[in-house]
Amino acid sequence: MTDVKVPSGVGAVPAKRPDDAPVETQNRVRASDVIGPAVVFVLFIGFWYALSTTILPEQKRFLLPTPHKVLQEGFFTWQEGEQRGLFPILKSMWSSIQVAIIGLVITIIIGTALATAMATRRWVERATWPYLVALQSAPILAMTPLIRALIDGVQTQRVLVVVLIAFFPIVNNTLFGLLSVEKSQHELFTLHGASKWTRLTKLQFPAAMPNIFVGLRISAGLSVIGAVVGDFYFRQGGVVGIGAQIDIYRGRLWGSELIAAILLASAFGLVVFIVFGFLSKLAIGKWHTTTRGQ
Amino acid sequence: MAGALSFNNVGMTFPDGTRALGGATFDVNPGEFVTVVGPSGCGKSTLLRIASNLETATEGVCNVDRDSIGYVFQDATLLPWRTVSRNIELLAELHGVDKAEREQRVRNVIDLVGLSGFEDKYPKQLSGGMKMRASLARSLVMKPRVFLFDEPFGALDEITRERLNDELLRLFQLEGFAGLFITHSISEAVYMSTKVLVMSSRPGRIVASFDVPFAYPRAHSLRYEPEFAELCGEVSTALRGALV
Repeated sequence: MTDVKVPSGVGAVPAKRPDDAPVETQNRVRASDVIGPAVVFVLFIGFWYALSTTILPEQKRFLLPTPHKVLQEGFFTWQEGEQRGLFPILKSMWSSIQVAIIGLVITIIIGTALATAMATRRWVERATWPYLVALQSAPILAMTPLIRALIDGVQTQRVLVVVLIAFFPIVNNTLFGLLSVEKSQHELFTLHGASKWTRLTKLQFPAAMPNIFVGLRISAGLSVIGAVVGDFYFRQGGVVGIGAQIDIYRGRLWGSELIAAILLASAFGLVVFIVFGFLSKLAIGKWHTTTRGQ
Repeated sequence: MAGALSFNNVGMTFPDGTRALGGATFDVNPGEFVTVVGPSGCGKSTLLRIASNLETATEGVCNVDRDSIGYVFQDATLLPWRTVSRNIELLAELHGVDKAEREQRVRNVIDLVGLSGFEDKYPKQLSGGMKMRASLARSLVMKPRVFLFDEPFGALDEITRERLNDELLRLFQLEGFAGLFITHSISEAVYMSTKVLVMSSRPGRIVASFDVPFAYPRAHSLRYEPEFAELCGEVSTALRGALV
């Protein structure tokens, strides 16, 4: 499985302040925030050079070219329509990005609607929860042969895998958020005759936002994994995702393109993580205290 | 004459058989500030929950104008995602008051509770006392004729508490609502009220009633007058009796 890279130690949480002190957000970048990652980066590149020039047995070195060779052949070779170089990597990358985004949007819409129904109607929660848990623990990739047999269209199949993989965290976190409103706040709304709809829009959804964003971030990461991994199983006709492209390079023993494609797929996951972190901060950072340092 | 808020032999037995309240009878008239003191868990809060219809009494009748109730909870119950002014606006919003009118009312009460300059702060940026002021202001916006307070200052330090006592009294004189206040603190009860009711522990019963003779406005120095101490002593004795 492809891992979504999670940068650790980005913005450590400052020590808790006394209750009455107004809380100000600190945005200063300390030297140690830069130096640490830089040192690790240099070590990583050094290790890579060592691997591809001395550590690996000679007959395997062509699969892991040196960093500068990967840069040169994988990233700085550009021939439109050709099979080598950056062009086909970006093309298949774009295909996977579309699948991930469409899948994520569908997941968010259905997942939020279901969580809302579960939070407002007990019987919906009782009726669906066992199956959600089953879905969460089911190995989705094991279902791919069935999906391929039952559903027409590679694109639809790939999107479906994304939805299945990304579904649970959205529902679970949204539901948890909607139900975790404090009793006294509910009573305040009861006292003033709020309708179910008002309660939902003015109380439960705003209160659930921190949880919803946690779910979004997990699901967004999973949608990238779903899209990339789904590619391995679904490729016909002209549509080739980055996962399939990686497999093709492996088969053709094109080391530079293989590494470049893997790096770009990882970067995709990282970008998604950062984008949702940023969106979360934008939406709830002003009033919610624990959005930093996660 | 029945008051703005009247309890007539109101009792409460919970479904699990716990008898929380045993026959409370008293009135609170406009311009009266009645405080109930009693040991923890004696059903003081249940009185307020019945008055506000959050719970229904199993015996007796509670008459109150339910459309004109202000309820201040133990904690400020501010919505953390709303700024101070948007929090204060909330109840008016729930009652469908239009935007311009809401903003006008919010401006008025923000001055009244001394939160000018804090309109755009979020609750996490406020101290406990300021949160309570915002909570008070939120209810004041609706100009309630009956104001229920469920130990609102219990979590505050003594200085802040005394200051908020004075401000609440000032609001009481200004607005002339009927106030029903719950507290653990005997001196707070005597300082604030026109009448202090002492409640026994479960099932809660009103065992003593003291009229407080001091005229409003009350000055802070009242707390150190011998008459004040004497009345506190009487309430304390009644409370000890209620515990046995």
